[in-house]
Amino acid sequence: MKFKLKKSYMEDLKLFEYKSDMVGYGVLLVFLFIFPSWAGNYWTYNLTLAGIYCIAALGLNILTGYTGMISLGHAAFFAIGAYTVGYMTTILGHSFWIALPLAGFAAAFVGLSLVLPALRLSGIYLAIVTMGFGFIIDQVILEWPEVTGGANGLLINRPTLGPLSLNSDASYYYVVLVMVILFVLLTKNIVRTSMGRAFVAVRDSEVAAQSMGIPLAKVKTQAFTISGFYAGIAGGLFAPLINFIGPDNFTIIESINLIVMIIVGGLASIHGSIFGAIFITLLSEFIRVGKDALPAFLSQQVGFQGAVYGLIIMLFILFEPMGIYGRYLKIKYLFQVFPLYRKDTFRRERKFQKAQRTR
Amino acid sequence: MDTNYIRRRYLIAWISDAIKPRRDIVMFWQLFTSGMALGCVYALIALGFVLIYKATEVINFAQGEFMMVGAFVAFSLIHFAHVPFWITVVLTLLIMAAFGVLLDRLVMRFLVGEPAFSLVMFTIGLALFLRSVAGMIWSTDTFAFPSPVSGEAIQLGSVAIAPGDMLVVGATALLVLLLYLFFRFTNLGIALQATSQNQFAAYLMGINVEGMFSVVWALSAMVAAVAGILLAPTLFLHKDMGFIGLKAFPAAVLGGFGSIPGAIVGGLIIGISENLAGGFLLPWVKDIFAYLVLIAVLIVRPEGLFGIHEKKKV
Repeated sequence: MKFKLKKSYMEDLKLFEYKSDMVGYGVLLVFLFIFPSWAGNYWTYNLTLAGIYCIAALGLNILTGYTGMISLGHAAFFAIGAYTVGYMTTILGHSFWIALPLAGFAAAFVGLSLVLPALRLSGIYLAIVTMGFGFIIDQVILEWPEVTGGANGLLINRPTLGPLSLNSDASYYYVVLVMVILFVLLTKNIVRTSMGRAFVAVRDSEVAAQSMGIPLAKVKTQAFTISGFYAGIAGGLFAPLINFIGPDNFTIIESINLIVMIIVGGLASIHGSIFGAIFITLLSEFIRVGKDALPAFLSQQVGFQGAVYGLIIMLFILFEPMGIYGRYLKIKYLFQVFPLYRKDTFRRERKFQKAQRTR
Repeated sequence: MDTNYIRRRYLIAWISDAIKPRRDIVMFWQLFTSGMALGCVYALIALGFVLIYKATEVINFAQGEFMMVGAFVAFSLIHFAHVPFWITVVLTLLIMAAFGVLLDRLVMRFLVGEPAFSLVMFTIGLALFLRSVAGMIWSTDTFAFPSPVSGEAIQLGSVAIAPGDMLVVGATALLVLLLYLFFRFTNLGIALQATSQNQFAAYLMGINVEGMFSVVWALSAMVAAVAGILLAPTLFLHKDMGFIGLKAFPAAVLGGFGSIPGAIVGGLIIGISENLAGGFLLPWVKDIFAYLVLIAVLIVRPEGLFGIHEKKKV
């Protein structure tokens, strides 16, 4: 294992820990930019969708992974973003480029309204309240047809950029790609600076964080608002991609989907959010490919996809609670220390019972 | 996704005959009694959450699915094996108890001590899995569950009470009484109480703590099965009926997660208030009223009505 001698506190805040990392990310960027030219429309569309979920997963990871506040209603923020863009562009006829930032701010603003209960609650209580919030927004969408189109949904066209039409999947892919890069950098900046460290401190111990001078209320409010903003932007990008939004796009299943992304990818990690979003979005493709290998009586069942999905969640929690990124780190570590790897290096630490009831 | 649509259809079916905003006293009591029956079902599901949570610290999001599985097992026994109703109830309880023990021994045992968040996600995964598998076994059709009681509605003054509702309330009261006697007077019940209070001390007292976990999973699966058998005749029998479990969560949280009387009171409050809101306010408010009540209560009392505020000592 490489140990780096850090000579100043600023080195902790560097964007890349090693200069050599930049090469890898550069190659990845080039690959992503030429992706639509050889991959075809179908995969470009899927990767665009995965990119949108990356943004939402990053936001949820800031709230849940870094700050330790569980949200089971994140699809609501996603919905607010999508409907803001839908209402502004389809019904009011404004430009997408004005609607998109407003989508983020609208979701962030609604996130602020959730702060009042969220500040006083933790753990399961917060999870249930956010879940209820998801149901409430879901119902509001259905009962407010003037803005949301109600059960009929809204049709949304792809935007244009000056003289350029972004109608093709490839051109919209680039819009999403640029947004993903911006949001990854933003997340990186949040988590490596004082704000992100305050989030982590609050997650690990509220009492300790408070006694170090971290204002709890302010930090939690920040986490909720930022997370809502991410989900709003993701929703705003989502609406024009699929062209049609209805209340069924934003159910509790969608909220669970987002949480599964960050769990499968890895909590409190940027890489994890991205791995998870891509893995879960493309999972249905993987399942479709894998189906052919299975006997027909199993693979032809209606609920096959749901069963596989549930199984994946359970298996990840049983065997790899650190997610895909955790597994990647372990494999990397194995090669770095090659003959000296010990089985117990990453042994899971089990918390004492009752410790989690209090905070 | 069509699950949401189905969920709404159920909720609309629930309020079927009661929704006409006439603001009179007869309607109030009508809604009150039917809300009580609904609240009893919520209370039973919430009871299942609380039993498991108190003993093992697992928040079981699959409780609604347990209920669904229980109802389907009973349905299969009646419909395919033609077992009489009351024997079916006993057999279903035994099968569900075995299901709970197996689940604990095969899976949940390995997760003891994991962070609460992982456990929540695990049970959500379990819920999705059970729902899909139930869809494979019993198809995605909607079935009519035979009701054990039939006949005319009973007139109480000007309020008509459906015999099905009477059965739900009576059975819940009986079950709660039995559970109370079990926890208060039997050795097993007292051992369970000790385990929920302090696992380490219980262990030192010679209680088989791991065995208690199995017992509590079995108990909670049985309570869920009773809820399923009571709910299925008034509602439909469908693989997605477990979504009602999500409405029982506010009930458990409202009472203070981890308090058995709290779960029952919480269930009744949610059932009655949402029924009244559906009748006297807007019909669609009914679906989300549980959460509105919950948020309002938690803003004032973050630990729920009967919860104990546990503070961390530094």
